[in-house]
Amino acid sequence: MLGAVAACLAAPAAAEITPTEVRFDNGAVAQSLTGVPGDPAAGAKLLSSRADANCVACHMIAAQPDVAFQGDVGPALDDVASRYSEAQLRGIVANSKLTFAGSVMPSFYKVGGHVRPGDGFTGNPAPADLGPILSAQQVEDLVAYLLTLKP
Amino acid sequence: MRLLSGGVTLAAVLLAGAASADPDPTATLIVNDQIEIATRAPAPDHLKDVFDTVQSGWLYRTEETRALQMDDFDNPAMVFVDLGLEQWDGVDGSEGKSCASCHQGIDSMKGVRASMPKVNPAGNDLWSLENFINACRTQRMGAEEWKWNSDPMKQMTAAISLQSRGMASTIRIDGAAEPYWEQGREIYYTRYGQLELSCANCHEQNAGKMIRADHLSQGQINGFPTYRLKDSGIVSIHGRFVGCIRDTRGEPFKPGSPEFRALELYVASRGMTLPIEGLSVRH
Ligand code: HEC
Ligand code: HEC
Ligand code: HEC
Repeated sequence: MLGAVAACLAAPAAAEITPTEVRFDNGAVAQSLTGVPGDPAAGAKLLSSRADANCVACHMIAAQPDVAFQGDVGPALDDVASRYSEAQLRGIVANSKLTFAGSVMPSFYKVGGHVRPGDGFTGNPAPADLGPILSAQQVEDLVAYLLTLKP
Repeated sequence: MRLLSGGVTLAAVLLAGAASADPDPTATLIVNDQIEIATRAPAPDHLKDVFDTVQSGWLYRTEETRALQMDDFDNPAMVFVDLGLEQWDGVDGSEGKSCASCHQGIDSMKGVRASMPKVNPAGNDLWSLENFINACRTQRMGAEEWKWNSDPMKQMTAAISLQSRGMASTIRIDGAAEPYWEQGREIYYTRYGQLELSCANCHEQNAGKMIRADHLSQGQINGFPTYRLKDSGIVSIHGRFVGCIRDTRGEPFKPGSPEFRALELYVASRGMTLPIEGLSVRH
């Protein structure tokens, strides 16, 4: 699934900032990970997709009333763009722990340092070259969508 | 669980903190109109800084699911108990014996489930109920061991667990058991998988909240083995642990592994003030 999404949005690999190259400044990431503007419509879909991002597992979002079973482990995402800048949102999605120390929110654009990582939800051990949960462009799409969430 | 109750819970959480969120403060578990089983109890001493009250997972399920556990005719787990009773009387292995040959009636197993897991007779390992059963099969019956999550094993643990229904836990967490308990606690607070989530992240920090469609309970095991509607079958304690770690995009330990037996002791100790429900129904 992830591969299909990534393939049709793929940016030139050379332009992409890899997970280990991302520069965080107080948790925020100023530079786009791909240089290709994010697609808010794709981001909206990702937010509620069970397979990869599944942000609604933990967040409610009034802008997507059709999505059943929204969780409340984290704060509601409504109006989140009025609380955070683009750089802050990119940082939160890429690695929330650098904004919220010890957060239960997963780090979506991070590689390495996991304890017993699996191969997706199969329960099998992860391959040695396990990539981040989301691709660079998926992070950009989500950020683009989050930026539309304002009063 | 409906979204609505998620909203209600959220309000409760904001007012009272996650630990005291309770989906239904009035529900009482009475089985067959006779056996009242406490589903809330003061937290054990070692957990007092985390919870005031420990609560059975039963309280977090819908009214329909809860009702199934209140009558043995409705409780789908009882079919497996009956199959377990057949195993109990069934001769197996080179010695020509059944469990009943030595233990007589299954009621001789009263209180056994409530004491598990515990340090084995040799004093060199922590054993779950499954280990004791397999020790009798291999060493006393000359029979093959049952796989941890095999049908006969789950049927047998179901039948044995029912004998402890309503009984207080008698597990030991000190003395020889202490190192296992410490190991289990360590595991409980380790953030596993690519999602980096520990048992505590979900079942301690966020008990009472909704994670997608699921109402997060305290993750107690006093109700195990459980009949899970989703699987139409019995789920063992370690089977549930496997599922929870897999859901973190993680690689679970194996059922029956030393890690899961230690975790079983620690998780049991978090609910040691709750009676054994044997056998619960969950969705
Ligand atoms: C396992 C639960 C979980 C998941 C999954 C999750 N988050 Fe979060 N998120 C949280 C929590 C909890 C917080 C609150 C920060 C904290 O204190 O840890 C948070 C905070 C945030 C914030 C800041 C909100 C605010 O108002 O302060 C944003 C934005 C956010 N998450 C976006 C996302 C996006 C986008 C996704 C999916 C890619 C996602 N989250 C997935 C748990 C989660
Ligand atoms: C991502 C969140 C999450 C994590 C992490 C997690 N669980 Fe769970 N667990 C759930 C959900 C959801 C359920 C089903 C609803 C409920 O009872 O909470 C569940 C159910 C359970 C149950 C069954 C409770 C009952 O009464 O039927 C047990 C026991 C349990 N978990 C133990 C654990 C243990 C031990 C760990 C750590 C190895 C763990 N869980 C990690 C989400 C999680
Ligand atoms: C040859 C006799 C014999 C047979 C057959 C036998 N057991 Fe045992 N079992 C024992 C003895 C002896 C013990 C240890 C003493 C005790 O606790 O009663 C024991 C202990 C146990 C225990 C641990 C009890 C406790 O309190 O710690 C369980 C559980 C158990 N047996 C289950 C079974 C089951 C299930 C079967 C059939 C599959 C079975 N046994 C067959 C003799 C037998």
